[in-house]
Amino acid sequence: MKLIEKSQYTVLKGNYAVAYGVKLARVEVISAYPITPQTTISEKLADMTATGELKARFITVESEHSAISAVIASSLAGARSFTATASQGLALMHEMLHWATGARAPVVMVNVNRALAPSWNIWTEQTDSLAQRDTGWLQIYNESNQEVLDTTILAFKIAERVYLPTMVVLDAFILSHTSEPVEIYPQELVDEFLPPYEHPNAINFDDPRAIGAFARPDYYMEFRYNIQKAHEEALRVFKEETELFAEMFGRKYDTVEEFMLDDADYVLVLAGSTATTAKYAVAQLRERGEKVGIMRIKLFRPFPVEDVRRVLSGRKKVAVIDRNLSFGHSGIFYMETKAAMYGAKDRPPIFGYVAGLGGRDIRPQDIIDMYEDMKRREEPENIIWKGVRV
Amino acid sequence: MIEIRIHGRGGQGGVVASEILAKAFFKEGKYIQAFPHFGVERRGAPVAAFVRVGEPGSLFVRTNIYEPDHIIVLDPTLLTAVNVMEGLKPGGWIVVNTPQDPEELIKDVGIPPTYKVATVDATSIALKHRLGNRMNPIVNTAILGAFSRAFGAPSLENLLEAIREEVPVKPEENAAAAKEAYESTKILIPQEV
Repeated sequence: MKLIEKSQYTVLKGNYAVAYGVKLARVEVISAYPITPQTTISEKLADMTATGELKARFITVESEHSAISAVIASSLAGARSFTATASQGLALMHEMLHWATGARAPVVMVNVNRALAPSWNIWTEQTDSLAQRDTGWLQIYNESNQEVLDTTILAFKIAERVYLPTMVVLDAFILSHTSEPVEIYPQELVDEFLPPYEHPNAINFDDPRAIGAFARPDYYMEFRYNIQKAHEEALRVFKEETELFAEMFGRKYDTVEEFMLDDADYVLVLAGSTATTAKYAVAQLRERGEKVGIMRIKLFRPFPVEDVRRVLSGRKKVAVIDRNLSFGHSGIFYMETKAAMYGAKDRPPIFGYVAGLGGRDIRPQDIIDMYEDMKRREEPENIIWKGVRV
Repeated sequence: MIEIRIHGRGGQGGVVASEILAKAFFKEGKYIQAFPHFGVERRGAPVAAFVRVGEPGSLFVRTNIYEPDHIIVLDPTLLTAVNVMEGLKPGGWIVVNTPQDPEELIKDVGIPPTYKVATVDATSIALKHRLGNRMNPIVNTAILGAFSRAFGAPSLENLLEAIREEVPVKPEENAAAAKEAYESTKILIPQEV
């Protein structure tokens, strides 16, 4: 019997899908500090480690800064390491995010997208993770709880091949606290996909060495070059590992997901769980004869420039829907998409929409409104606000 | 896609009810989604939870439910405290925890004749099975028995199995309460429906 047939189908919240992904990845060290809406990830993992269901060390700490510091250290000691956070917690980690990259610690972190304060808000928005864009972490966005579980497993595989920390991102509540069917794979199959983690220079008391040591101008730049090369390698590794994952587990992911794009003149670009609602809306538009499709960005860092160009070149118009904002410029996926398309052949006009900040619901009609608004407009704009009261 | 909205008060178990109901439908081969109204709820305040049920492979959405096909009400005082019928589609079920008959409830609350009504005294049933206490009876499993009876799905068998898997304490008492509610549900389908 094929191993995959031993899978167990159950109903899980997004946060528990994370926990089962971590368990299947045989994580050895976990450190986390509770924050809504991430808390139930830490709670479930604390349960699993307390009962022995997951043989890992759970290090309780007094802040997110300490949580990330602990797992950077354990990762460098050769233990597969995990943390999770959201919003303010991620912001507090900021200094150490750079550290994880510079030290080449392949830590995996789940960030549950939550809006930043003030005003205090616990609901979903992508600005927290996107604001960590330049820390050198890989970032992978998700649409469903199954994808969250799958991506958690994939993240360890990719991170440990290129020695870069990796952030797996899911939406507050819309995924984290929503129950839906999830397939939990047999442990043996995940073991086959994800071999034990080995760090070539793991901390070893018999062979002591300094990590994160001083680098003067005559060396620092080479370290940075190597990190950039590792990101370029990560793009290839992402493709390889998602293909292997598809062969073994039957689910195919790519840097971008293409939905109803074959003959599409118009493309909506977005990331995260809003894609589900957008697909529903686009299917309705298709029934009305509209030639529209969706490109969902899954991999944000490294940014899949070639795939974005391949999908968007030659279309009539493109609308990027951002649930985030870089103040003083535009939505962040918009900015990145536009930059990727600069110099591409047959570049379509690209329109920037900002919607759903702080967890404001994005309904199918909102998607249809933005699509129709884009069709009407002649000149692209950087920010077209959807549903804001002014 | 069928959309169900559950109204309760913080602490009554409305969110767990949504998860049990979804899991029972999942056992029947449906694709499902269950989620709370995301907020910072306090004990006793009106809260809502949502369930979507559809065929596997059908397209779902990820928004709150604004126009439910059916509603479930865990606390009869909510019928006048908040507009639980807001957006409810004509022909939908209103399943209420109340000792009243559907006829009395319809008259008392002013339920339009475009809705089907099912009532069950889930509070008495919960107390009989020692679920919660008089101040805070846990009615979430009993009311699901009434929904199963009124709507015709999920089957009682799948519902009881989901209850046994999902409730944190007293699984057998909760299952027994749901079964008793299923058997004692009173139903009224107006001629207009």
